[in-house]
Amino acid sequence: MSSDDFLRVEGLAKTYPGSVEPVFDSVNFGIAKGEFVCIIGHSGCGKTTILNVLAGLEQASAGHVFMDRREIAGPSLERGVVFQGHALMPWLSVRKNIAFAVRSKWPDWSAQKVDAQVEKYVNLVGLSSAIDKKPSALSGGMKQRVGIARAFAIEPKMLLLDEPFGALDALTRGTIQDELLRICAETHQTVFMITHDVDEAILLADRILLMSNGPQARVAEIVRNTMSRDRQRATLHHDPQFYRVRNHLVDFLVARSKELSHGRAPTTPPEVTPGLSGDEPPSAEIIPFQPHHGARQ
Amino acid sequence: MNATSRLNLQAGFVSVAILLVMLAIWHFATLPSSGAAATGLTPEQIEYQKMLGKDPTKGAKANNGFPTLTQMRETVVRNLASPFYDNGPNDKGIGIQLGHSLLRVALGFGIAALVAIPLGFVIGMSPLMYRALDPFIQVLKPISPLAWMPLALYTIKDSSISGIFVIFICSVWPMLLNTAFGVANVRREWLNVAKTLEVPPMRTAFEVILPAAAPTIVTGMRISMGIAWLVIVAAEMLVGGTGIGYFVWNEWNNLSLTNVIFAILVIGVVGMALDMLFARLQKVLSYVE
Repeated sequence: MSSDDFLRVEGLAKTYPGSVEPVFDSVNFGIAKGEFVCIIGHSGCGKTTILNVLAGLEQASAGHVFMDRREIAGPSLERGVVFQGHALMPWLSVRKNIAFAVRSKWPDWSAQKVDAQVEKYVNLVGLSSAIDKKPSALSGGMKQRVGIARAFAIEPKMLLLDEPFGALDALTRGTIQDELLRICAETHQTVFMITHDVDEAILLADRILLMSNGPQARVAEIVRNTMSRDRQRATLHHDPQFYRVRNHLVDFLVARSKELSHGRAPTTPPEVTPGLSGDEPPSAEIIPFQPHHGARQ
Repeated sequence: MNATSRLNLQAGFVSVAILLVMLAIWHFATLPSSGAAATGLTPEQIEYQKMLGKDPTKGAKANNGFPTLTQMRETVVRNLASPFYDNGPNDKGIGIQLGHSLLRVALGFGIAALVAIPLGFVIGMSPLMYRALDPFIQVLKPISPLAWMPLALYTIKDSSISGIFVIFICSVWPMLLNTAFGVANVRREWLNVAKTLEVPPMRTAFEVILPAAAPTIVTGMRISMGIAWLVIVAAEMLVGGTGIGYFVWNEWNNLSLTNVIFAILVIGVVGMALDMLFARLQKVLSYVE
């Protein structure tokens, strides 16, 4: 984590009223400009809360978030959000849903200019033929594409995605992952994304934040994706490096995330490069919990 | 599509059949029991009655029983032929009476909508206001609209405006409660979308909350309109002067049952038309999630 990170999260904590132990605390990480970061962790560790704090929809109990060296206080058009359940307005057509966002960002644009912007981004997600349909006439994957187009259409400095493909079938998910990867590469978008899918994280992310279990969850480790940047979904699983990264992530989720709950995870997460450090086992083996990672009681 | 249209056609046939059966029952139930014998008069007495201008053989059914279909048809034709005649305060055409009633309902209902929808918005948005106003709503809601009548007549001192007030007070509750409910239950996601897009509060209210709550609000309006149309008849019977309710009362005093039946039919048809109007509006504003 360097001081010139585009987004910096410092000592973030959330305690819900009525509970003694915080859901998460001492969450520290940074995201560089143009970087794609995924966060993985078990349910209940507060991933969505962290994303909502970044979006400005929720208040943290402690800690600060800085974007572009300015502290985040409340929602902003500089951060686009793709919601878990697409959150399209069912009484508006695809065109009007996206126009609603575009007009919010640029209130004094003419109708033609708004429409041009809408069409550009609908085109980007390949939905030009469905532009005047209501969301109810679209499939789940198409709806989520509209959600992505809406977030991109306001040209935000950062994109926040809350498990956007969770409700989609595997085939649709793959197609949209490819699209997202392509659009992000074209626009050099900075992305923070929640996922439950280890393979999805490896395909999309430059770095993967691993969260320990709650309560008192933390970002316990940051995994740098050691695969080449031009990785493809179709050939991903032929690369031996893929399994090294994947095993590392799965081992964390299966064994270590539980041991690191209740604040046993380090406050400053170490960055690891599975498969490159030389000490990684090539096959699936449980990595023993290593206390010298800097765990504090 | 084909199956539905065939079902509709069949349902139409059954409806017509039921109507014909009902009319037949009406017809046979009101058949004149053969003239003189039923009146119990001697031929001389009948002759005498005829000289006085009352034909007992002809008038028997009119005086003793329920009107026949023929009489009913005559009344319907007569009323529909000149719906807008005006022969002084006690004799106006059905169209004029209906116009008065509809105007009262429109005014009372319109004012109620203007009060209930904004107030419902406030109540729906603010849990504090919801709790603060809840006891008032719970107490005022179950009061029969007509119970307000004496109070309205005393304070307003104008029977026509009192009628409008009664329509107002009975229309306001379903709209108020449905608006509050609709606004309070707008999906959090949509509000979050508006928040992350930094949409100002008024624009959120009109472009997100209002369309999201519109189906619920219109349902409330539909219920209110139903109640208003029920109440206007009763209110006009009490207040008198003009209106379809007064027409029913006046024709009862005239012992003209055919006119009363005709008015009942008109009330039903107009009530149905008003309901269909709101059903259409509901269809336009509803959305599939």
